[in-house]
Amino acid sequence: MDKALGDKRTILILLGPALLVYSLIMLVPIVWSLGYTVMDGNPIIGFQFTGFQNFATFFNDPAAWEAVAFTLKYALVLTVLQVALGYGLALLYVFWLRKASSAIRTIVFFPVVLPTVAVALLFQRLFEAAPTTGPVNALLNTFGIASVDWFGTPEASFWIVILMDLWRSMGFYAVLLYAGLVDIPDELLESARLDGAHGWKLVRSIVLPLSLPVLLSSLIFSINGTLKVFDTVVALTNGGPGNATTPLTLYMFQTSFTYGDYGYGSTIALMLTILCLLFTVFIFRSTRRDLTKG
Amino acid sequence: MSATTASRPDELHAVATTSPRPPRTRRGARDFFARLPIRLIIAILLVIEVYPMVWMFLGSFKTQTEFLNEPFWALPSSWSLDNYVEVFTTGNFGQYILNSVLAVFPSLFFILLFGVAAGFALEVMVWKGRGTVLLLFLAGIMVPAQMILLPLFTIYFRTGLTGSLWPLILTYVAIGLPLTVFMMATFFRSVPREIFEAATLDGASMLRAFWSVGLPLVRNAIFTVGLVQFFFLWNDLLIALTFTTSSNLRTIQVGLLNFTGQYGAVQYGPTFAAIAVSVFGTLLLYLFLNQQVMKGLTAGSVKG
Repeated sequence: MDKALGDKRTILILLGPALLVYSLIMLVPIVWSLGYTVMDGNPIIGFQFTGFQNFATFFNDPAAWEAVAFTLKYALVLTVLQVALGYGLALLYVFWLRKASSAIRTIVFFPVVLPTVAVALLFQRLFEAAPTTGPVNALLNTFGIASVDWFGTPEASFWIVILMDLWRSMGFYAVLLYAGLVDIPDELLESARLDGAHGWKLVRSIVLPLSLPVLLSSLIFSINGTLKVFDTVVALTNGGPGNATTPLTLYMFQTSFTYGDYGYGSTIALMLTILCLLFTVFIFRSTRRDLTKG
Repeated sequence: MSATTASRPDELHAVATTSPRPPRTRRGARDFFARLPIRLIIAILLVIEVYPMVWMFLGSFKTQTEFLNEPFWALPSSWSLDNYVEVFTTGNFGQYILNSVLAVFPSLFFILLFGVAAGFALEVMVWKGRGTVLLLFLAGIMVPAQMILLPLFTIYFRTGLTGSLWPLILTYVAIGLPLTVFMMATFFRSVPREIFEAATLDGASMLRAFWSVGLPLVRNAIFTVGLVQFFFLWNDLLIALTFTTSSNLRTIQVGLLNFTGQYGAVQYGPTFAAIAVSVFGTLLLYLFLNQQVMKGLTAGSVKG
């Protein structure tokens, strides 16, 4: 039996194609990309070895640090908001809507499946100030507030980007966290209620600790996704105004394909990868400490 | 009149519930008013989620003058399809949709075929080093696509694949594999190994056991994973933007991104129609398969 399950030829046939494609198109390029970080140039003009010049450039490049700052700000703000909103919705589904929540869950979830570009174009129109007045500004006008040029200032653009991603993702996180909440045994909640825990107190002392694992994984998924933001920003603001909403991904894209600097582009990509790794490790560690304390 | 008198007692209770620590009252009336804020929250939530879609759909029938001269909530004066015609003629969306289909479906086929086989080899088969290989695939979920774009661009350029849809298909297959392998391995974990052992005892080869026992067992899982990957690939912008070097290779997302840029001023009607066209496919799929989509996408959330 073990012989059949360990048959080398079968393993090769089944695993071979996947491993081959994955190695050639993912693993080899990753190593290759590391090689680019110590080079200068692009495939058309050729490459030159420059040592750690690209890293020195990165640390002295104000545009790069602005991109890092935007990426971090965006990732942290969006992660906190989307997990918090998702958790709020999940609590709503589980404790207030109960059995009736299925339809609401389905409706609030749907924006996740929409193409980001389409949603971004729609949001540009929703928040438009001129030449036509979009619904949001029209609503402000009825309350006597003048139209705001949402895409004209860095602060406002930032919040529109956040708002759009919240609109897209809150239903998704709600369903993700809902799955964790319904797993909490009813008897446990019932006995807590008998002990006098209600509303906020019940959530804080029973529900929150029990749903901590699923909250933690949501945080990790969220931070990993939001650090890599690209579609939303490209389609909604294209990094503007100026480069106020340019994340590392877009800065890398512009450096590589607009300016043809593959060496520096790879360096930025590597920095992004390191950032993703650091955050995942950081969240793992800090929450583990909290768990032992609580 | 009679209605207002009937609701009196309820209002009294409502006042009671708003004060801190309400005294225990009869359930029915109290419940109704206790639920009012929740109902309000849900109503607002639904408006926020659904209204932009309604607005977009209505807008896709409006003319430019209607957009410029009438308030946003005005209904279109006619249900003319001119904007949609514009999207498919000037906008060239027929070509873009075709490109998307030609890039996404072959990729999907290979992702599922290779991914399911690899998941089986890594989870059901017993051999040294399978843990390491699974970990190797997992690493691919973490690494941002930006890490592989530049070398791939060089590779496709040198091998002469640039200028076709092959760069898209190859990259999609490689990027889709980690999550697929990971999810399929998880699904195979729940299938007892004895089933495959029994199949081989009956004289079937392991390859045959995979094909006629393993595959049918995880049929639903394959469907779910396929659905998830479809959404990721169909909505992809980064890869498509990098490797579509000429305008006749554009996928629907890249086409849509460049759509507004083709005219001097924004053409509202055609833009809304283009959004409607690009949203249509995934929305229709969600309409019929929403439960599977929700299950699948949340299961695939490791991708972030």
